[in-house]
Amino acid sequence: MNIQIQLFGITRDIVGQNQCQVSLTDSATVADLLQQLKIDYPELARLSSLLVAVNSEYADNQTLIRLGDEVALIPPVSGG
Amino acid sequence: MIQIPKSKFLCLAKCAKIRKKMMFRAEEYQRYNRHLIMPEVGLAGQAKLQQAKVLVVGAGGLGCPVLQYLAAAGVGNLGIVDGDKIDISNLQRQILYTTAELGQSKARVAQTKIQALNPHVYSQAFDTHLTRDNALKIIADYDLVVDCTDNFPTRYLINDACVILQKTLIFGAIYKFEGQVSVFNFPLSEQERSATYRCLFPKMPNAAEVPNCAEAGVIGVLPGIIGTLQANEVIKIIVGLGEPLANQIWLLDALTLQSRKIKFKRIPEQANISQLTDYQEVCITSPNKNPIKSISPQTLQSELTTGKDWQIIDVREDYEFEICHLPQAQLIPLGQIRHHIAQIATHQPVVVYCHHGMRSAKAIQELQKIYPFNNLYNLAGGIHAWATEVDIEMMTY
Repeated sequence: MNIQIQLFGITRDIVGQNQCQVSLTDSATVADLLQQLKIDYPELARLSSLLVAVNSEYADNQTLIRLGDEVALIPPVSGG
Repeated sequence: MIQIPKSKFLCLAKCAKIRKKMMFRAEEYQRYNRHLIMPEVGLAGQAKLQQAKVLVVGAGGLGCPVLQYLAAAGVGNLGIVDGDKIDISNLQRQILYTTAELGQSKARVAQTKIQALNPHVYSQAFDTHLTRDNALKIIADYDLVVDCTDNFPTRYLINDACVILQKTLIFGAIYKFEGQVSVFNFPLSEQERSATYRCLFPKMPNAAEVPNCAEAGVIGVLPGIIGTLQANEVIKIIVGLGEPLANQIWLLDALTLQSRKIKFKRIPEQANISQLTDYQEVCITSPNKNPIKSISPQTLQSELTTGKDWQIIDVREDYEFEICHLPQAQLIPLGQIRHHIAQIATHQPVVVYCHHGMRSAKAIQELQKIYPFNNLYNLAGGIHAWATEVDIEMMTY
């Protein structure tokens, strides 16, 4: 299944777009998603904290991703 | 002239007990008229604002609007923590300051400005950075803390200190065209507090991982928007209005004006904090086993004047190099550094610099990942520190 990912902060700069698409097997988890993203965009691997939100809720590594889910990748930002 | 409606006077008279306790001056009834005439705030709400003690950490892009709106709203006791001086590059967004005040203490100038705005507010300026040594002592005297800082080590320090001292933290952060707002550690009941910064982002990013405003830039009005929303959360919490952004983070994309709220929960192990750690060190070295060595501008200058042979690498962009650069510096912008690794010396000391020292730290980290260099030094504080401490005739920006 193809999942659309909304990107924020530095992840936008790494990917070069506001969103990207990731191809996952059915019954994939957030951990699978992160693993695939880090293969597609190796620079994402250097981020030590990265929040994944599924349908506007914090998602831990075990959270299942389903077709049609709204997924966002949110890094911490420090500017003030 | 602003007049308080007669009906309001009757209402105020009924609240004689509260009036005695708060002792508003006549002028204050007029000053806060637009609050007082709303039943949701009224005299009781204004009294809560007057009795509140709020600490604003960072008097920069976010801190300016937070301080202005809280002072204007009549928050009775405001603390301002900032160890920085006003720099010309601040004026694009830090709206409390003027060109005539360049070089002065932000905390002190901000204090003067808010006292002029509202002389009924008591304020205290802390002309210092918040550190592991002073954080608990300074924060302990306040009810609420507003995080308006510009770096991860201080943000994690504030989070941990607020958890230890059981204070509510109103968080705001910005990056280019994006903003984040949240309320951490808010009391949901007598036993339970809302999620913390570490429940969202458990590990502190290292310095080279996520750029700050000085590195990535920020659109000037964005801190105005985000700081104003932080002030709004503070006022809501003090008066007891609406729903504070507890267990939620609000994200704004100023380019599309799309916003979204993400819900999250307290993670007990992330909120189990009993003492502060050394934030600066963790930030610089934790993800990299090969620590970054640094050299001060003064030491570098004496090395160069005694004729030591250093290679000097400038990792800024072309237009920055044109403004100023160190003599004999080679320009290799950060984005290209990995492709020019062959140009980096391995048998002589190499100093890498940028504007303030963040990009050069990142460059060294990248280079050390590819090859085990042990001769790379980051110029502490970047060319800006060189210009202010060593070569005062050099142009700054």
